[in-house]
Amino acid sequence: MTAKTRRIALTVNGEEVSREVPVRQNLVDFLRHDLGFTGSHVGCEQGACGACTIVLNNETVRGCLVLAVQADGCEVRTIEGSGDLLSDLRESFHALNALQCGFCTPGMMLSAEELLQANPTPSRQEIRDYLSGNFCRCTGYQAIVDAVADAAARRRGGAAL
Amino acid sequence: MSIGASVPRDRAKRLLLGRGNFVDDIALPRMLHLALVRSPFAHARVGNIETVEALALPGVVAVFTAADLDAAVSSWRAEHRLFPAMAAPEQFALARNTVRWQGEAVAAVLASSRAEAEDGAELVAVDWEELPAITNAKQALAPDAPVLHDDMASNLAFETQVMAGDVDAAFAGADHVEQETFRFHRHSGVSLEPRGIIAEFEPSESRLTVHQSHQTPHQQQDLYARLLGLPEHKVRVICPDVGGAFGLKHHLMADELVACAAARLSGRPVKYIADRLESFLADVHCRDHEIDARMAFSDTGEILGIEIDDLFNAGAYGQYPRSSIAEGNQISRLTGAPYRHQHYRADVHMAFLNKSILGHIRSVGHPIACAVAERLVDLGAESLGLDPIEVRRKNYLDGDDFPRTSAGGVEFEQLSFNGCLDKALEIVNMAAFRREQAELREQGIYRGIGVATFVELTAIGPEYYGEGGQHISAQETCLLRLEASGTVRCYTGATDQGQGIDTGIQQVVADELGVALADIEVISGDSALCPVGGGSWGSRGAALAGEAALRAAATLKQNILNIAASQLQKDPGELNIDQGMVVDAGSGAAHMAVSEIGRIGHFQPYSIPDGVSADLTVTERYASRGRMFLAGNGLQIAIVEVDVDSGMVTPLRHVVVHDCGRILNPLLVQEQVRGGVVQGIGAALYEELRYDDDGHLLTGSFADYLVPMAGEMPDIEVAHIETPTKTSELGAKGAGEAGTAGAVGAILNAVNDAIMPFDATIAETPITPPRLLSALGRI
Repeated sequence: MTAKTRRIALTVNGEEVSREVPVRQNLVDFLRHDLGFTGSHVGCEQGACGACTIVLNNETVRGCLVLAVQADGCEVRTIEGSGDLLSDLRESFHALNALQCGFCTPGMMLSAEELLQANPTPSRQEIRDYLSGNFCRCTGYQAIVDAVADAAARRRGGAAL
Repeated sequence: MSIGASVPRDRAKRLLLGRGNFVDDIALPRMLHLALVRSPFAHARVGNIETVEALALPGVVAVFTAADLDAAVSSWRAEHRLFPAMAAPEQFALARNTVRWQGEAVAAVLASSRAEAEDGAELVAVDWEELPAITNAKQALAPDAPVLHDDMASNLAFETQVMAGDVDAAFAGADHVEQETFRFHRHSGVSLEPRGIIAEFEPSESRLTVHQSHQTPHQQQDLYARLLGLPEHKVRVICPDVGGAFGLKHHLMADELVACAAARLSGRPVKYIADRLESFLADVHCRDHEIDARMAFSDTGEILGIEIDDLFNAGAYGQYPRSSIAEGNQISRLTGAPYRHQHYRADVHMAFLNKSILGHIRSVGHPIACAVAERLVDLGAESLGLDPIEVRRKNYLDGDDFPRTSAGGVEFEQLSFNGCLDKALEIVNMAAFRREQAELREQGIYRGIGVATFVELTAIGPEYYGEGGQHISAQETCLLRLEASGTVRCYTGATDQGQGIDTGIQQVVADELGVALADIEVISGDSALCPVGGGSWGSRGAALAGEAALRAAATLKQNILNIAASQLQKDPGELNIDQGMVVDAGSGAAHMAVSEIGRIGHFQPYSIPDGVSADLTVTERYASRGRMFLAGNGLQIAIVEVDVDSGMVTPLRHVVVHDCGRILNPLLVQEQVRGGVVQGIGAALYEELRYDDDGHLLTGSFADYLVPMAGEMPDIEVAHIETPTKTSELGAKGAGEAGTAGAVGAILNAVNDAIMPFDATIAETPITPPRLLSALGRI
């Protein structure tokens, strides 16, 4: 049962990477354990919890449902490579305590950013619905909704925090 | 003042950048990965275990079975000396001869990667002989039931009774008796980060270092030392960032002990991270109670007596080290606790059966005690034609009733049931809701409102477990160290899993000491560095560790002032500290910076006269006395809509009014309460660990075990009343149980209110569509 491997080349957080990977390895394990980008978390390996959400060719995907070999030739962005892009969301999340343990937070913020790119004026229910692929066990979700709404308002030049 | 301010958390900044440090983010040189061979049966004899094929696999380094671990770790029994009659069968890290729940591990495979370890586990061949499984407590206690444990005569683990007054006379003389049978199904804490551990063993020093996602590093240090036969000072347990815990991570788990033993046997670091299926199978579970309950009323709505009979189970063993009895105990203490009734009887029966072990998950017993009593109050009010709010008011403990020992035997200092109700009714306009409800019913839309009053037992002091003979709930000690630059390191025995106790303690120290928040760093979660403490669970952090921090800060402040006084030729009593400056206590005029004191105290100590108390590293402790808990209280109101065709329940609005004494940080408390409510709504509507009749788990993924997501949840309005405890100077009670404690009862009452036009009732959670449609007689 020796695992088959294949060489892949991809861009991760702006850096070109080439590695020999087991063909059965999923992308989030590759990012975490081979490249050390441990900001994406593994909560279920079934595509349900959203903790491993990453951005693959400008779309969020579950890092546990994509094989590393499928990312060959792709551009991958994780929370670690999203610094400036998320600075206002981060401020809002911090000020409004939109996280407790922080395990869901990277995935939650990448989903929130994708929402705000597509819809700069989401209603609270639209925020709730869009984030419904990201499980948070600690907060009551409300502070997360508040934070995303706050970041959206600030992007529109509205009231801050 | 920093206490009472909504201060965001320092730790959050790192987490927001994806720079957290969770156990699975840590890799050590030559680290091995552990996968466990788990029983596919709920009950089976374990015959020969063949490991040759697994060992031949590339990457697999070792395979251990129960006998291999004998040299590394001993067995345990979940005893509690307060309950000497409670059965505590022997449990081993790896099962030997018999497995007693689906998922119990019988072999451990170590390999270079987790994938290879799992490959190896698949090749371990076990001769299983399946035995009949017992899957509910009634079946377990039937006279002809097979007995699970060899050294027991039956599956009865424990029975106990709480009694006050003359219950039989109260019921015999009552104008009206309400009764109901409730079922609260099994669920769990379901932290997003699963359980995880890295154990490393240094044989030359008999030294075990453990990195574990856990709430209680000192408890684990003690347990690992004793079970592995190591000197305690050679065991260090480090809890890095913990991805949610909720009580799930304050137990000893067999799987983690296997990792420690495997590290000892292999001489290499061993990592074990539970995957989601393993979490559902082998985590500690909670609830799983069936309760017959009766409440006696006068015709004016006075509660005359309450009687409950709780049948539940411990799973296959008692949970170590706390035992599994607490959920039944809390229910027996807390049912009807907000009310003035004096005639009370609660019987509790705990059985063993073939499911994963039942332990302590957030708000142990509270949601059940609350839901049972609050449902009976609503039923009684309905039968008597009274307003359920007024029935509550008539019976609430109030004003002069305190201090009081409740009928269930819990000591109440001062609670605020009427105050919470008043405030809740300012937020929710009951009359307007009733009008709207009636109008909507005309249109075939069924909404309901539910009220639930709860008592919250927090700040579990040393006595409950101390008297039980367990090393769990320590006194709390805080160590403060003034660095030479004038900044402060604070070492606490509390642990932070995201609730933000580090920040709360930082605020306490800043205020008491008179220095800026930014000049204080709180260090927690390391059994070697931090003073012995009980960790964070049972809402004990703010009330106990917070008080210890306050005392330590007062002592450090005094010593700083002593040194300053010696330099300024003044009396320490003439001085104070404000914003990092030693100032004149009267005028506030600045004398010198605290950083100067740090420099003088550490590097020019010769300038301080002998006899001046000048320690700049200080410890103070806090051990509550004469009480097991510190009670808080609150009230929740839920408004739901029931689709009577689909059986779906939609929470529309949720209000919490809560009294946890003095609030250190409203920002953190509010969202912790909301998080608790959402877990309670999960228990009320979605979450259930279902098993078939053979004891096979049917809910092993998030597709089968439903958790609340953002889209289904309403905004949750939280308000507070502050009745500080007088038992401490800080005045804080715990706040972590409240949300979960009241949400189940509020939702249950709201759903029943919604379906009242159909003469239907439901008394079973989670209220799933099939259960609700069945209650409505539609399926």
